[in-house]
Amino acid sequence: MNETIASSRRTIRTAVVVAAVALLLVMPLIGTDFFVNFALTRTLILGVAASSIVFLSSSVGMVSLAQYLLVGVAGFTIGNCVAESGKGLKLGLNPWLAVVIALAASVLVALVLGAIGSRTTGIYFLMLTLTYAVIGYYVFSQVTSISGFGGITGVDPPGFFHEHPVRIYFGLLVLSVVVYAGLRALRRTPFGLSLEGIRDDPVRMGALGFNVPLHRTLAFTLAGLIAGAAGVFNIWWNGQIDPTSVAIGPTLDLLVVAVIGGIGNLEGAWLGAFVYVVANNYLRSLPLVDHIGITEARFNTVVGALVLLIVVLSPEGLSGIFAGLFDRVSRPRSAPLTPATAGGPAAPPSSTNQQPTSNMEEQQ
Amino acid sequence: MTADVVSDSLEQPLVPRPHLGRRRRWDWKLVTGAVLIALVLAWILFFARGTSAGAAIDEPGKFVVTLLDGLTLAGLYFIVASGFTLIFGLMRTVNMAHGSLFLLAAYIAVEVQQRMVGKTRNITSDDVDMWSWALPLLIGSAIAAVIGFVIFAVFLRWNHGQELRQALITLAISVILADQILAHAGGLAESMAWPKGVTHFTQIFGQRYATSRLFVLAIALVVGGALWLWLNRTRMGIVIRAGVADEQMVRALGINIGIVFAITFFVGSFLAGMGGVMVASFAGVSTGADGQWLLHSLVVVIIGGLGSIRGAVAGAVLYGMVSAFAPAYLPRDYTYYSIIFTFGLLAIVLAVRPYGLFGRPE
Repeated sequence: MNETIASSRRTIRTAVVVAAVALLLVMPLIGTDFFVNFALTRTLILGVAASSIVFLSSSVGMVSLAQYLLVGVAGFTIGNCVAESGKGLKLGLNPWLAVVIALAASVLVALVLGAIGSRTTGIYFLMLTLTYAVIGYYVFSQVTSISGFGGITGVDPPGFFHEHPVRIYFGLLVLSVVVYAGLRALRRTPFGLSLEGIRDDPVRMGALGFNVPLHRTLAFTLAGLIAGAAGVFNIWWNGQIDPTSVAIGPTLDLLVVAVIGGIGNLEGAWLGAFVYVVANNYLRSLPLVDHIGITEARFNTVVGALVLLIVVLSPEGLSGIFAGLFDRVSRPRSAPLTPATAGGPAAPPSSTNQQPTSNMEEQQ
Repeated sequence: MTADVVSDSLEQPLVPRPHLGRRRRWDWKLVTGAVLIALVLAWILFFARGTSAGAAIDEPGKFVVTLLDGLTLAGLYFIVASGFTLIFGLMRTVNMAHGSLFLLAAYIAVEVQQRMVGKTRNITSDDVDMWSWALPLLIGSAIAAVIGFVIFAVFLRWNHGQELRQALITLAISVILADQILAHAGGLAESMAWPKGVTHFTQIFGQRYATSRLFVLAIALVVGGALWLWLNRTRMGIVIRAGVADEQMVRALGINIGIVFAITFFVGSFLAGMGGVMVASFAGVSTGADGQWLLHSLVVVIIGGLGSIRGAVAGAVLYGMVSAFAPAYLPRDYTYYSIIFTFGLLAIVLAVRPYGLFGRPE
């Protein structure tokens, strides 16, 4: 009986994603410049970076706080390679060559960090990656030969993207689609399946002959590549990077993005990024917010309260709430009612929310 | 295939080859570790001539001072991290708001001290007697403890065992707390004044050394001793240690472990606050200190092993030593790279013991 629900869910899910991408494609025609070149572009950067957290969390069961550091590693590498004056190594390389070096750097850093953390799991891994993130911040702010506290400024993107913010937007849209489709396809490959096996029971997978630490390391490295790609676009879009942009604040913000969207659903990364960016830019102009004394500077209190609310009510985030709503709508139609589900409103909300999500993860 | 496995396991004692293999690998690791330590010691003793401290045989005073600095730092790390590890050990809760409680207590204590002395600026130790240092310490720590208790009672009591969810909840609380502290205290750096008696300098091997640092060390020892007595010599401590080992069994024995959880959270948050006030007196605090000291706690417990007080001592001492020795004994032009040594320490410990020196796997 769950088969029909799952397949209809999958169809609807794909349809929603395709519709969203179509809408994003025509957005430059209908939206304002600020909305497209600032809000949506930032959404896509954060979305791609957060998708690497969601991938690690939902497929391998590792919640990483080091992803924004890897975004920064790619950015600092490009800055060091491209910039011709100011701080850093000032190599003045071709910007496309710099992209290759930056991606290689973030993959390499991810490989090393992943290998060190490959035998820790769960909450230990979360803390270890938080430590990576903070140490990374200190490295960039103290080691003056690669950045120093002021950071690197005046980093131009390649000529194709230079002075064309809409092209950066479309580039990010392509990257998002590739990452999303790639990660969804990965789940059906033997590698993706063994990752899920390791998430569910590492001891048994080890006994079956799978090299558990190696799988974890490779998954973390792949996530590093995704984060690095987001970092490349991030510095092209910003034109500069400094250590504060990889400090503990942005690091936690990225996790907040993933949590708002739902740390178990890949779409949640972009959804969470959109909600976060919109809240960040438009919440402060609401008169209500002004009225209760929460001004621009107190944005973090609002975000913190939002996250608190989401985690307390539904650990699956917004996408989990939407999935739950969909199930509540579709269940009476496509599945035979058992007395428990017929009780509908009387059943505890947690069970109606969590049951379908676990089904969905199995079916992906 | 199964037949082979069965006959194998029947013929051999219960813990056969893997154990032996492990022992052999351990020896290899021990050798590497010993060589590493010997190299570091040789560097510090004889070769560190171009560094800010100089080779230890030339400058024994600077060596002893660096050692004492390391111990002082270790004392501060221990006070903050012991609360963190106490909470985690019993409840498997990673309290990401630990740093916020630290900072909150520090700001409250500074405020209380200003009211007690009657000045808001330029408070020097001459204005401060022991009482107007200790009372702010107690008030700040107690408020942190009460807030920690409220966080536990409202947000963490009903989702026990969901580690990630609890970490995210405390993370959200820390975001709110940090923002509110910023709103009320402003972004200024604040510091407490030491009481009159402890601000002298003593002579150690011809080096001037601040007595206040020895005072920090003494308080850390007292806190460590009190924790040890509490956990090992009182009924409550025995229940806590039993809860760390096997929570289900403690419940089955009819002990109300909810109350034990609440007390542990209270004490853990009190220690965070106490650490905050100590650091505010030692070096001052500003916004951002919450994240920084959450990091220090994390490094200490990752090295020492989560949930172990002994591990917190070991982690704090190792981390304190690295933090003190790396900047002093690196060649002058490379002092900025000392942060990498922290990372190196972490990497080495995790490569040998993934759950920390005194940690145990889940």
